Amino acid sequence: MTTRIRPELFLMAALVLVLAAIPVFVHNNYRIFTLTLIGLFTLLTVGLSLVMGYAGQVSLGHATFYGMGAYLTALLSSSLGMPSWAALVASALITGLVGFVIGIPIFRLRGPYLAMATLGLNVIFILLVKNEGQITGGPSGFTNIPPLAFAGRIFDTDAEMYYLVWVIALGVLLLSLNIVNSRVGRALRAIHASEVAAETLGIDANAYKLKIFGLAAGYAGLAGALYAQTIRFISPSSFDVLVSIELVTMAAIGGLASIWGSIFGAATVVYMADIIRDWMSELLAGAPGEGEIIVFGLLLVVIMVFMPEGVTAGGVKAVRNWQARRHEHVPSRT
Amino acid sequence: MTPSEQLAQYIVSGITQGSIYALIALGFVTIFNVTGIINFSQGEFAVIGAFLAITVAQKVSLFRGQLPVALEWPLPLAILVGVLGAILVGMLLYRFGIQPARHASVLSQIVVTIGASIALRGMVLLAWGTDPYRLAPFTAAKPLRLFGAVITRQSLWVMGLTFVAVVGLYFFFRFTMLGKALRASSANPDAARLMGINTRRMGLVAFALSAALGALGGIVITPSIFMTYDRGLMLSLKGFVAMIMGGLTDPFGAVIGGLLLGTVESLAAGLISSGYRDAFTFVVLFLVLLLRLGGLVGRKTSQELERAGL
Amino acid sequence: MRDKRRALLGIVTGVALIITACAPAATPAPTQPPAPTQAPAATEAPVGAPTEVPAPEEGEPYLLGAFFSTTGPVSSLGQPEADTMTMVVEAINAGGGVLGPDGKLHQVELKMYDDQSDATKAVEVVKKLIDEDKVPVIVGGTGSPSSIAVIETVTTAGVPFVSVASSSKIVNAADGSQNHWVFKTPQQNLPVAQVQLDWMKAHGFTKVASIGVNNAFGADSMAALNQVTADGGIEIVWEGTFEPGTTDFSSQLTAIAGTDAVALVVHATPGEGAPLTVQFRDLGFEIPIIHNHGIGNRAFIDTAGASAEGVLFPIGKLLVASQLPDSDPQKATLLQYLADYDNKYGKPASTFGGHAWDGVMMVKAAFEAVGPDSAAIRDFLETKITNFVGISGIFNISAEDHTGIGKESLVLVEIKDGDWVFVPPDQYANVP
Repeated sequence: MTTRIRPELFLMAALVLVLAAIPVFVHNNYRIFTLTLIGLFTLLTVGLSLVMGYAGQVSLGHATFYGMGAYLTALLSSSLGMPSWAALVASALITGLVGFVIGIPIFRLRGPYLAMATLGLNVIFILLVKNEGQITGGPSGFTNIPPLAFAGRIFDTDAEMYYLVWVIALGVLLLSLNIVNSRVGRALRAIHASEVAAETLGIDANAYKLKIFGLAAGYAGLAGALYAQTIRFISPSSFDVLVSIELVTMAAIGGLASIWGSIFGAATVVYMADIIRDWMSELLAGAPGEGEIIVFGLLLVVIMVFMPEGVTAGGVKAVRNWQARRHEHVPSRT
Repeated sequence: MTPSEQLAQYIVSGITQGSIYALIALGFVTIFNVTGIINFSQGEFAVIGAFLAITVAQKVSLFRGQLPVALEWPLPLAILVGVLGAILVGMLLYRFGIQPARHASVLSQIVVTIGASIALRGMVLLAWGTDPYRLAPFTAAKPLRLFGAVITRQSLWVMGLTFVAVVGLYFFFRFTMLGKALRASSANPDAARLMGINTRRMGLVAFALSAALGALGGIVITPSIFMTYDRGLMLSLKGFVAMIMGGLTDPFGAVIGGLLLGTVESLAAGLISSGYRDAFTFVVLFLVLLLRLGGLVGRKTSQELERAGL
Repeated sequence: MRDKRRALLGIVTGVALIITACAPAATPAPTQPPAPTQAPAATEAPVGAPTEVPAPEEGEPYLLGAFFSTTGPVSSLGQPEADTMTMVVEAINAGGGVLGPDGKLHQVELKMYDDQSDATKAVEVVKKLIDEDKVPVIVGGTGSPSSIAVIETVTTAGVPFVSVASSSKIVNAADGSQNHWVFKTPQQNLPVAQVQLDWMKAHGFTKVASIGVNNAFGADSMAALNQVTADGGIEIVWEGTFEPGTTDFSSQLTAIAGTDAVALVVHATPGEGAPLTVQFRDLGFEIPIIHNHGIGNRAFIDTAGASAEGVLFPIGKLLVASQLPDSDPQKATLLQYLADYDNKYGKPASTFGGHAWDGVMMVKAAFEAVGPDSAAIRDFLETKITNFVGISGIFNISAEDHTGIGKESLVLVEIKDGDWVFVPPDQYANVP
């Protein structure tokens, strides 16, 4: 049914116009950078949504692939001298492949065991990066990563990376929407509902899970590569378990089974943090940092309590409730 | 130090450290057993309990110097305060964070505990700052020597508490009315309600019990390792691993998991590589999981797995 | 229905993105409300009295940007830095403000943020300081990764940045010159290792063990030790790291006890350094321990207790200020800082806070000379900071050296009877 795709395309077009217009009118590098970050987090969260919401598997180590993409790009373009665009593409592909391969032993586990395995993956990755400082720069980080150079243009301003990141993020979103609405998406939902039932229908659950995991890893690797080429400096603490957990909260806030929710979740977390930051620097000037994390944590609790399916679905429900209540006041015509 | 003395020390230290992990794991297991949630705030219970005890037992200065406190109460009273304070926090977390979200997916509830752990850590940081704090060892005496290895008196307290806790939990769950009610609400909430058990209150009891366990654990380890506001993260993580190794639901399994974890870490760090110590934790975990999918002890029913399957 | 929902969602998302992108920054109330403009006290000066200098006029507040890691893994360094910043700015403003080159008094408006010990957030808040708060100069960057991550941003924007982190990569550019817009106040880690080397040589030690925390601070410090011992002919027979937050060191310490190391070098801050030291002594090992400059904090002595006796470490002169000869040019400044900090926060100052003090006072001097002009401030910092008496040392910044202090700013300190004792170089062989 082609009519199903059209609203999505319309949305996408609207979003493209809006995002394209912003840097024309907003010359504030901070705002543009924040939006770039949201784009990166969207890339990360979309993959996580696919894995957690559609395939139903918990990943507490998604930042591993984020970091892998970043460090691969740094190594390929800086230490090995590859052209930066080639390093970008290679990093994403290699990370996706690694995700697929690692998935093979990991997906023999279930539930909390699987979650723990992904967490362990993250820990081991970070330890490797920190301890093999000769290659990776160690805990002090990897400096002087070359910017992306492509089609004769060097992407070294905030605005340029903003456009690039969002073109890629929207492309990935479209791709993911396609997947979710296709046969593959239906298979995934079946696996999520009941793996046993899906298998009896002839769906090879393991193959699907692995492919999705690999795809999500590829998305994350791409995000990591873009991150490395935006900030041009990476350090292991940007990819540790705490970041993985932050990504899970973004996915949960956005709504796990919602692809559009990944933009929402990423945007909510980033802007929430910014608003709280402003608020706390007035309110608790002596200890703004503590105030920020306390409020952030409490807000997370509140959001999960009142909108457990995520802000996306919760927001839509709230709007519908409001509409319904409005109609109640209309006297029924009997 | 001779190699055999070293080996003895690795094992002894590993068991001591493992007891700490086991204590935290017991708290995880209690909550998981009753509510199916992985409580990311478990480590914070240990931290809060310890800090409250420290505050009433010593002269401290809270809130960046704005609130000096000089109560200096005796240790047993301080421990009581710490435990009660942690219980209060646990109950509040359940009442306002978990209970209202009880119809949501387990993942949402877990994110609630994540949010709570972030907020709690911020509050502890705000009140006590970044410095480490110490409690005096419970008994002041020279360390013991066993096969050339050193065991401090405080380590004996830790191991003793773990032993008491796991035996106590066993008897509690098996032989007391409340314990059986807790197990019933986890095994089959509907049937439990039909039998007149208030399952909501059971969740509250589980959180209170876990908080108490966590607080006791935090207090008893503080004289050895000191307490900082961010210890909770590491404790939660290690306790979580120990729980998984032990099979998720069995307290004995959790203790064995913790001890195994501590010992392997200790041996690996000393003999193989100090920097990769934490990696060995997970290598062992992977091996245990891949070889024995049900964890070290206990079997998983598909029901329990699906409930845990998030 | 689903389509309508998705359409609604998309529109809301787009609108939200636009709004938040274009929204003017919330204008927080400045930290101190600027005093109303004072007219010169013409009505108060009695006629015929000897000419009084009229009180300077109030000018626009000078903005000062700052960011530290007050939460997260390096918060034990970031909080004293942030507290010092707050304290100094309040004191400046209480005294009327900064007397700018225009002859007017300017209150200092501090915009301070927390980067949660995360390099990405550091870039975020620095861009916020530059693009929204429009500060002309920035002090901060507790952890080396936070500082290094923002170099590109401040360079592109042309805003001078005074870092309080210690890695030499912060000021050293890839081509050997100094990063044009970046300065730093802590010593490099190399001079600290050099003092440790002097002590080892005074004792004639040839084999030592080195253990440190696996973060930027520890890794840098260990690398520095490797460098000086290689040149100095000393062998590191055991080297290992531990993760931040580790609580049990018995395995590593036991392994060390099996080697023939005659001294232990520790690279850590009190959170790990204290339990490590205690466990070392509890395990019955008696070889001397020398730490690096991470334990310049009262909490180390308070928690390590009796095990801290005899521990040595190189540190800035702050901790032994009262033991310095009166002729020492830093003594008065150090004692004043100690007194002020203790008064305000109820606990002793640490050397980390001192790095922030140095940064903000240098910026204050720049404000007084050239006002809130970024390029002028940068030039001032590079050329006019000469024999500048600070907490971390006496600074001499030049185009070739954006740090300005070295080994001469450090002293060796021994912990004795629960307090810090200054050890002059001729006594190195006698301690512990």
